[in-house]
Amino acid sequence: MQDFSYRKAQSIAEAVDAMGDADDGAFLAGGQTLLPTLKQRLAAPSDVVDLSGIAELTGISVSGDTVTVGAMTPHAAVAASGAVRDAIPALCDLADGIGDPQVRNIGTIGGSIANNDPAADYPAACVALGATITTDRREIAADDFFTGLFETALEDNEVIVSVSFPKPQAAAYMKFPNPASRYALVGVFVARTGGGVRVAVTGAGEDGVFRAGAMEAALTSAFSPDSISDGQVGGDGLMSDMHAGADYRAHLVAVMARRAVAAAG
Amino acid sequence: MPDGAQETGIGASVRRFEDQRLLTGKGTYVDDINRPGQTYAHILRSPHAHARIVSIDTSAAVASPGVVAVFTGEDMQVGGLPCGWQIHSQDGSPMHEPPHPALAQGKVRHVGDQVAVVIAESAHEARAGAELISVDYEVLPAVMDLKAAAAGGTLLHEEIGTNVCYDWGLGDEAAVDAALAASAHVTEIDIINNRLIPNAIEPRAAIAEYNGATSEYTLYTTTQNPHVIRLLMGAFVLSLPEHKLRVIAPDVGGGFGSKIFLYAEETIITWASARIGRPIKWTAERSESFMTDAHGRDHVTHASLGLDADGRFTALKVQTHANMGAYLSTFATSVPTYLYATLLAGVYTTPVIFANTRAVFTSTVVVDAYRGAGRPEATYLLERIVSKAARETGRDPVELRRLNMIQPDAFPYATPVALTYDSGNYQATLDTAERLADVAGFAARKAASEAAGRKRGLGYSTYIEACGIAPSAVAGQLGARAGLFESAEVRVHPTGSVTVFTGTHSHGQGHETTFAQLVSDQLGIPIESVEISHGDTGNVQFGMGTYGSRSLAVGGEAIVRATNKVIEKARKIAAHILEASAEDIEFADGSFTVAGTDRSMAFGEVALAAYVPHNFPHDTLEPGLDESAFFDPANFTFPGGTHICEVEVDPETGVVEVKNFTAVDDVGRVINPMIVAGQVHGGVAQGIGQALLEGCVFDAEGQLLTGSYMDYTMPRADNLPSFTVATETTLCAHNTLGVKGVGEVGAIGSPPAVINAVVNALSDLGVTDVSMPATPQTVWRAIQDARA
Amino acid sequence: MPTVNMSVNGRPASGEVEARTLLVQFLRETLRLTGTHVGCDTSQCGACVVHVNGSSVKSCTMLAVQAEGAEVVTIEGLADGDSLHPMQEAFRNNHGLQCGFCTPGMVMSAVDLVNRNPKATEAEIREWLEGNICRCTGYHNIVKSIQEAAGNMGG
Repeated sequence: MQDFSYRKAQSIAEAVDAMGDADDGAFLAGGQTLLPTLKQRLAAPSDVVDLSGIAELTGISVSGDTVTVGAMTPHAAVAASGAVRDAIPALCDLADGIGDPQVRNIGTIGGSIANNDPAADYPAACVALGATITTDRREIAADDFFTGLFETALEDNEVIVSVSFPKPQAAAYMKFPNPASRYALVGVFVARTGGGVRVAVTGAGEDGVFRAGAMEAALTSAFSPDSISDGQVGGDGLMSDMHAGADYRAHLVAVMARRAVAAAG
Repeated sequence: MPDGAQETGIGASVRRFEDQRLLTGKGTYVDDINRPGQTYAHILRSPHAHARIVSIDTSAAVASPGVVAVFTGEDMQVGGLPCGWQIHSQDGSPMHEPPHPALAQGKVRHVGDQVAVVIAESAHEARAGAELISVDYEVLPAVMDLKAAAAGGTLLHEEIGTNVCYDWGLGDEAAVDAALAASAHVTEIDIINNRLIPNAIEPRAAIAEYNGATSEYTLYTTTQNPHVIRLLMGAFVLSLPEHKLRVIAPDVGGGFGSKIFLYAEETIITWASARIGRPIKWTAERSESFMTDAHGRDHVTHASLGLDADGRFTALKVQTHANMGAYLSTFATSVPTYLYATLLAGVYTTPVIFANTRAVFTSTVVVDAYRGAGRPEATYLLERIVSKAARETGRDPVELRRLNMIQPDAFPYATPVALTYDSGNYQATLDTAERLADVAGFAARKAASEAAGRKRGLGYSTYIEACGIAPSAVAGQLGARAGLFESAEVRVHPTGSVTVFTGTHSHGQGHETTFAQLVSDQLGIPIESVEISHGDTGNVQFGMGTYGSRSLAVGGEAIVRATNKVIEKARKIAAHILEASAEDIEFADGSFTVAGTDRSMAFGEVALAAYVPHNFPHDTLEPGLDESAFFDPANFTFPGGTHICEVEVDPETGVVEVKNFTAVDDVGRVINPMIVAGQVHGGVAQGIGQALLEGCVFDAEGQLLTGSYMDYTMPRADNLPSFTVATETTLCAHNTLGVKGVGEVGAIGSPPAVINAVVNALSDLGVTDVSMPATPQTVWRAIQDARA
Repeated sequence: MPTVNMSVNGRPASGEVEARTLLVQFLRETLRLTGTHVGCDTSQCGACVVHVNGSSVKSCTMLAVQAEGAEVVTIEGLADGDSLHPMQEAFRNNHGLQCGFCTPGMVMSAVDLVNRNPKATEAEIREWLEGNICRCTGYHNIVKSIQEAAGNMGG
């Protein structure tokens, strides 16, 4: 790992300023992706700005039909939150399946979605639930936030403050883990909302998380596992690697979607 | 028997003495050690699978901050890393042994091959320096496919004119062909035994130090056999006499075979430590472990098994291509020959067997012994083809096995592939395993799975292995360039405590406990009075180390024999002091007694007398009580048993879940049942890992795709069930203890049981074969193919 | 170079470190607490697990500077003098370790589990151990050890 300047910001403004001053800065949230990346020398920032000292970025609140999770809230806190479980149990289940317990104790929702790993879990929840990502300067709809492989709509030095999830009528997340890494080989988040059914698929798409339109249409007309069939998400545009060819991934999307619908009830 | 001996003697599950330090963070592994003035080495490795080195420019690295020295192959003109086992081809010619340089000499032959070493004040500086080395490579085609490489094409070692190391045979091919032709049925199978990456959780590490005042080198290294390292590195590579090279293997975090071999890195830093006059530390990163620790298995095999009309095996013919990797690792050549083909009789009475192995060089990491080493490959082949033969001939797989098994009264039993089994009762392990696995209840469990949309299957493996490596005379005839005996010294101290020096090495096996049980039991002294010392060529007289499930059967027997010598010497001392003849002195429960009297001395009193010999007749009785023994076994030992695996498959996803795993093994006499069970658990986990999870994958250019835990699937706790483990004992006939060895049985017996279970589960979908590792995708595709 | 201050095993610990210094490097190299091990470079094996402010974390995936002001407990701080922690005692009693290299991380992870879920089932224990890889034991006796310790930790 290359050495860098480290600064622990005490406020969002300080964090943004510090990044503005840096040649090539990186925000440090939980670090569960950033630090392995630095250790592999896949990145070598000049400055690392730690967000963990900013109190307003951490915490969970439920207001009306909206669950708001601060960007620096660790996965374990979401998984263990009774308030979240009452409102959106699928979100707790998803958080409880990210990484391993040590990753969940320190990894954060903000770090996860800012990185937008195509095999990460949270992007599926954000997209399927129609979440809103609040930053230090604006609100971004999840549909507009995830723009491609490791790419988001975030501008330079933009800090995620929180993620707000509207409560669905029913939802479930089913993950088929990569046998080795345990990241999602395929993860399907199904949410039945007032505005219809939303299905988001992670782990499978060449461009990261995507919505499965044909499944959404079929489920909106009949919310039943029987509405799902293998052809609704085809192999085109899906990742193919030694763990799963695109055809197998496409099949798993259907299987996981069926199981998610059954679990959502 | 003194109070308390019951709890620590042979057969007692004594809690391990190792554990106090290991559980409190006080173990001392190589990377925990630092030496004054220590520097750090970083190895620059080849990014190409096969390339000619046109030039290397190290000038920027030499000038880099903190860099102490940079060396390339041009600087390090020493011997190559040797191979310890010579194989002859069927035509009588010796195997090809191309040079195996520690630092590349003009060419690199696998991704990760060592090109240069940078030594610096810190690990960061060494690595930064290495990044400044500029190497101009002429990239050559990678040699990847085993059969294609054997046939010719690009040569990895031009000087030998072929990629085939040897073309070896065992058995009477003509007789086998005739018997197959006359058979009522011949079952054919194509098998790939998947390449595995050992992954001891402690990465390899070494510290080398040179003392200019005494010209002595000290090497701390993660090895299973420090004396072997001393011999190979000293005699064959660096030309250092044994008394000037001390090798210390402190606590070592697992080996599984991968820490037997002499490696380039420890050799490079030992050589360099004298050049720079400072200690050098090298610790592998896990990614380096993946691309440099010797891999295991990697066979491609075609086999034919003949059966007569009654189902009796008539002949077995086996043709195997075995991957050596880019060079010959220390014991690589023995694995697909004498540790493999000699086991192809299994537990069966197959009258004629022929095996042909072609060992092939490829642009990949070297392949050598990994837990089981050859015997898992033989067992997998045999137990898969037997189950396939049962399916093809409409026979029950268990009944077919029973029909062909060697009977319990047939020992000693000479196989057609060079071994003579001394003892065993395969039927007993099968009976017990069937009972413990509740085979009777399987149909009901299968029906319940079926109702839930799942497929349930049962798979068997009745296996044998040869271990207790090895009788030197036999090994020597077969090409071993070393003896495979073991040594022990039992040093009794004046106050009666005992230090036992053993040439075996414990890296998880619990020798400090098991060996103490032996000596405590034999001498009738408290187990706390016995200390086991190992892992330091400066302390231990000699040793061949730990591998091949040999530590107890060979090393333990040496300890027993040295202890017997101690008792005999002590008997003479007691006789002198008690004024009796030695023949009249009885030794029992830790006391020497004049027969028929109450005159006796405790062991501790005799020990003290041995070192306070005020009135010894020095012409007939030497002071001191310190004896050693070297033991060379008369034969291999032959553990065997039955493994039964029960799986449930989700046909929608291809996910296989191991529901139950039952292992009933005959490992001979059990000294510490707790440790024996632990060894079986670990071996079975590695076997299930091979069957379902683990597989090394290179791409066509020779890049390692499974180069980290992100892509190489290690068995984790939630991949495995709790196991049902039991023993059925027949005693080994040729060691005092009757022990056979347990380190490898789990990894040898289990893979075919798992795959046979998966095939059994999917048989009504038309699936007849599933390859290892049976990952979800592999299983799903097998189901799709069967449906198509 | 930044200076870090934290509590390690109940004692104040401080040192000058480069910003890039990982917590595990600070523990092993600066404080010479070598019980915490490094077994991989991709944050998966768990040999480096320690407790930071009461939660198990991978000390190879945390900067030393991130632990500024934290309470860190390593395997060396678990036993009470010569008396082993119930989890350590259970590992000894159930042969929950062989080579011992993964053991410190395994024990620290297991203590965190039992603190959170004293009545964990076998399946929950196996799931929790997702971040700890052992090559020796097949996990059988590790699971048994944790079950026994849970009973003895007042669960």
